[in-house]
Amino acid sequence: MIYLYIVAAALLGSLTIYALTGGADYGGGVLTLTAFGPRADRQREVIDHAIGPIWESDHVWLILVVVILFYGFPPVYTTIMTSLFLPVILMLVGIVLRGAAFSFRSYGSVGRAHRAWGRVFAVASLITPFFMGVTIGAVASGRVPENPEVVGDFLISWATPFGLSVGLFAVLLFAFLAATYATLEDGETAVINDFRLRAIIFGIAEAIVAGEVLWLSRSGAPRIWINLTTRAWTWPLIWLASGSALAALWGLATRRLRLARVFAAAEVLWIIWGWAFAQFPVMVEPDLTIYNASSPPVTLRLLAIALSGGAVILLPSMGYLMYIFKLHARRLAFPTHVEASGSDPPTD
Amino acid sequence: MTDLLSARYQMGMSLGFHIIFSCVGIAMPLLMVIAEILHQRTGEAIYLTLARRWAVGSAIMFAVGAVSGTVLSFELGLLWPHFMRWAGAIIGMPFSLEGFAFFTEATFLGIYLYGWDRVSPRMHIAAGVIVALSGMASGIFVVMANAWMNSPVGFRLEHGRPVDINPIATLHNPSALAEVLHMTIAAYVATGFAVAGIHAAMLLRERDNRFHRMGLAIALAVGGIFALVQPVAGDYAARSVARLQPIKNAAFEGLFKTQAYAPLAIGGIPDAGARELRAAIELPGLLSFLDNHDFSSVVIGLDAYPESEWPPLTPVHVAFQIMVAIAGILALLPLWAGYLRWRTGSIYHSVWLLYALIGAAPLGFVAVEAGWVVTEVGRQPWIIYRVMRTADAVTPMPGLVAWFSVFSIIYAFLAVTVAYMLWRQVMQSPSAAELAAAQATV
Repeated sequence: MIYLYIVAAALLGSLTIYALTGGADYGGGVLTLTAFGPRADRQREVIDHAIGPIWESDHVWLILVVVILFYGFPPVYTTIMTSLFLPVILMLVGIVLRGAAFSFRSYGSVGRAHRAWGRVFAVASLITPFFMGVTIGAVASGRVPENPEVVGDFLISWATPFGLSVGLFAVLLFAFLAATYATLEDGETAVINDFRLRAIIFGIAEAIVAGEVLWLSRSGAPRIWINLTTRAWTWPLIWLASGSALAALWGLATRRLRLARVFAAAEVLWIIWGWAFAQFPVMVEPDLTIYNASSPPVTLRLLAIALSGGAVILLPSMGYLMYIFKLHARRLAFPTHVEASGSDPPTD
Repeated sequence: MTDLLSARYQMGMSLGFHIIFSCVGIAMPLLMVIAEILHQRTGEAIYLTLARRWAVGSAIMFAVGAVSGTVLSFELGLLWPHFMRWAGAIIGMPFSLEGFAFFTEATFLGIYLYGWDRVSPRMHIAAGVIVALSGMASGIFVVMANAWMNSPVGFRLEHGRPVDINPIATLHNPSALAEVLHMTIAAYVATGFAVAGIHAAMLLRERDNRFHRMGLAIALAVGGIFALVQPVAGDYAARSVARLQPIKNAAFEGLFKTQAYAPLAIGGIPDAGARELRAAIELPGLLSFLDNHDFSSVVIGLDAYPESEWPPLTPVHVAFQIMVAIAGILALLPLWAGYLRWRTGSIYHSVWLLYALIGAAPLGFVAVEAGWVVTEVGRQPWIIYRVMRTADAVTPMPGLVAWFSVFSIIYAFLAVTVAYMLWRQVMQSPSAAELAAAQATV
């Protein structure tokens, strides 16, 4: 049983890291799309530069999520892939276009083609997280039919106000995350302020939609709503998420940018964990759980061993990459202009 | 078009597209590392320029390979949910190992590409070597999973469900070694010859350009060495199929009748109605010899199986012939080049060799695609050989032809763009300024 929990934790962990890294890459695309003002080109450059070295390895977390799902929880994987065929395949279209467009831009497209691929990148950065959100909303809704037959079965669980709102929420949340990260990517004060402003706008928009999603979940994902509001251990997660959101916004407003980044990331983490713990032990509402939808123990044991062994390779490599391009590089390239206070106690 | 056929076409198209990028992703880093090592040994700027160009080529191909590979990891479930539900717990092992290999490759490719002036020269080469090795490893793991579909092991059937499963057995299933060797070697052959052909074409225009000469030399050395080994690996793979999947072997050869002294057919079109191979040259006894190293041995023909279990005969037989013919051609070219080098001291002055290399540039990839048809279409009508039929694995989702069309259009568009990008970024002769910049970093 311990292996089952290790695998489930690895799934949640991979999804969380994917949201914190890959999610921000999508948000970066949204920032490219909404770049404005006299420094719009500079803003796009900063985003490209920030994503370039890391987005391939960020992307791998998604693969890991998929692999853990189909190896550890085959019925969950196939139920999602069958009943949510449409949002998943639309998400895939976005992933293909976005990945290809980004690499074409990075490796030397020029002139009109460069701008055209830029637009493809930006629009695909909207589509992909939107349908990821929609898929997660559907998973939470309790309406996913296990054996869909007619066309309606393939729509019923996600083409709802709740499902679409979760999609919108994902887009805004990632844009907020990316803008907050981006405030630490460039030394020029004016550009930092551009990102700061947008982080605040996206942060407020995201908070409003979060409220709407919660409101709609009362009918859109009733089990989640009940669990969120009645389970003793999900309440703190709601408060941690909202508290982190407020702290991040406060950090942005008062130029405590490092602090803002930590709290923005914390907000994303608490939201995902809030959803996961409100569902626990259910994986796809209403009745696929980590107990009845998992692979046989021998498979889970091997997967758990592979994941632990892999982590030994994976985490140091990722750390080294981040060290070279995020910490080390910044120290080399330009000194940090805005220092975080770092002394504020975390809000609850 | 039925949904089953659309699903098969979409899967085939996605794999046929992805396989090109994976092959380049496996082999290109090797070329790039060789060039960088030569640069560190000799201090010649031209090698550094080659390494950088090939690194950009690897990056473009890797990025498109990464997304098309992601598509596949979803399509397995989107198109074949019943297969994944049945087999996920068994064949997940190679896929999860592949995930880690892929992660390692992505991370160190990032370091290699963006780290020229951020890590030490030794660390940079180490990063390149890790990229090359992990690229090879991820290819190996995926082919292992495919080999399992041909030789399913590691479970016991009970009421149609797998029980007592042993995921480790997947990694050394009976087809795994043959398929892995054959495919991995093919990746180096196809990429080596493609790159060599491109530099040969540029040399025709600029006969003394040292950049293209060295590019040709490294690529041909890699492609040529592996091309000489490939017939051996291919022979091993064919005998493995003859032993494990006799019906597939019969489809390869267009052999309708089970017989001793079975002939090897060259060319020909199988006629399922008449139960005969039309217009083929037949070499008596040779197939028996190739399959079992014994002219008198019996080779099982299609007649040993009901027609409902036959794979589509014409595509399998024709693709098999194309693959074998290309392997022969590509094994001769390095011998010719070696002979020229021995007799005249140079391979760059023979226009005929350059033309032949240009002609051979796409052949490796044609053979890879043909080999893909051979192994996948040859497995039909089964998705898991003799365990689950492809028709029983397909999704209930209606209207699949629409998605097949969407992905075909996107992939066609990407293919054109990638070709154009490689042309602009990787193949052009370096400018004086670029060489000077490389020289400055020596």
